[in-house]
Amino acid sequence: MRTATQQTLFNYVLRHADDCLILSQRLGDLVSRAPELEEDIALANIALDVLGTGRRLLQYAGEIEGDGRTEDDLAFGRNEREFTNLLLTETPNGDFGQTMARQFLFDAYHDLLWNRLIESTDETIAGIAGKARKESAYHLRHSRLWVLRLGDGTEESHRRMQAGLDAVWRFTGEMFIDDEVDLAAADAGYGVLPSTLRDDWQATTSQAIAEATLEIPDDTSIRTGGRRGEHSEGMGPLLAEMQHMYRSFPGASW
Amino acid sequence: MVSTAWDVAAAVPDPEIPVLDIAEMGILRSVDVDEDGHVVVTITPTYSGCPAMEAIRSAILTDLAGAGFVDAEVKTELSPAWTTDWMTDDARRKLEEHGIAPPARTGSHETARCPQCSSTNTDIISPFGSTACKALMVCSDCGEPFHHFKTF
Repeated sequence: MRTATQQTLFNYVLRHADDCLILSQRLGDLVSRAPELEEDIALANIALDVLGTGRRLLQYAGEIEGDGRTEDDLAFGRNEREFTNLLLTETPNGDFGQTMARQFLFDAYHDLLWNRLIESTDETIAGIAGKARKESAYHLRHSRLWVLRLGDGTEESHRRMQAGLDAVWRFTGEMFIDDEVDLAAADAGYGVLPSTLRDDWQATTSQAIAEATLEIPDDTSIRTGGRRGEHSEGMGPLLAEMQHMYRSFPGASW
Repeated sequence: MVSTAWDVAAAVPDPEIPVLDIAEMGILRSVDVDEDGHVVVTITPTYSGCPAMEAIRSAILTDLAGAGFVDAEVKTELSPAWTTDWMTDDARRKLEEHGIAPPARTGSHETARCPQCSSTNTDIISPFGSTACKALMVCSDCGEPFHHFKTF
């Protein structure tokens, strides 16, 4: 029987695992479809890093839960409403501008998150963050360069980079909302309050957006729901593809 | 007994860069053998997404079993996080001989040296390469592209 404290820790670890898992699934879709070979390799590398972090978090979530669920059970055996990833991570890839907009805005958040979670009182979370922060810093450098290159590029690349930012902007507010899981996690010392990451995130993103001669979208609406398991239209097909093997052939291995 | 199990585990090559073994890579943390002959090998992952870790884990168990250590397990330790600073000087030399520019010491701003002509007049082509640990670079003097082991 899990205590309420263990349940909260499980939920906290799981939401960050889901962010990684779902984003890596989206990025994985782009393998062999990127605009150039180097970028194809880059996107696959980023997807693998993020997936690796997600797997460690899922393994840990399974340990905390103590019901014997493995990382695969958690990744492939849960239904849509049980996923608590941020809506931003499940937004469609769109064109390359939109993919990079999502990546840059998320990398900037992830980098701040991991740099705080290395101070987590939970050793496993701190250990995972210690690895992930080096990788997120590397990803951020890459996605930021693309925002600059496309934004401050040709008229067409500028237009599409701006359209990419506009398309995903309303999903960024959700990253900084403190819900009851965050509050309990921060209170216990193993988590951070998302709201405390907002100022630094705004500084990082607005600096790059300005340097790229782009505009911060004036869309102030905030779409939420991911952390509660309420997802956007694209989530069902994403999960169907991701989970199909596990569900069609239970127990299969190779 | 302990040194033998260590030697067996340490000799496991990195599947992506077979000129290096996992001790030279700084992946192997410890090998403990208890009085019943149970072996616990502790390794640390390099990059979160490195698929070589699975191969390394199974190679350690296979090689240990081959050397008579049938009762063995591999544990993963995340903290402190692996860094390229743990790669030995010997490993750096072997990498360079193999055509891969070794990582700089973290915090230093050394530029990668071309493994073909030793020029430091080099440029990055792509920060991501064929494996999680490598970036793709080109030498501006001899014109040869080469891999650079990312400083991490």
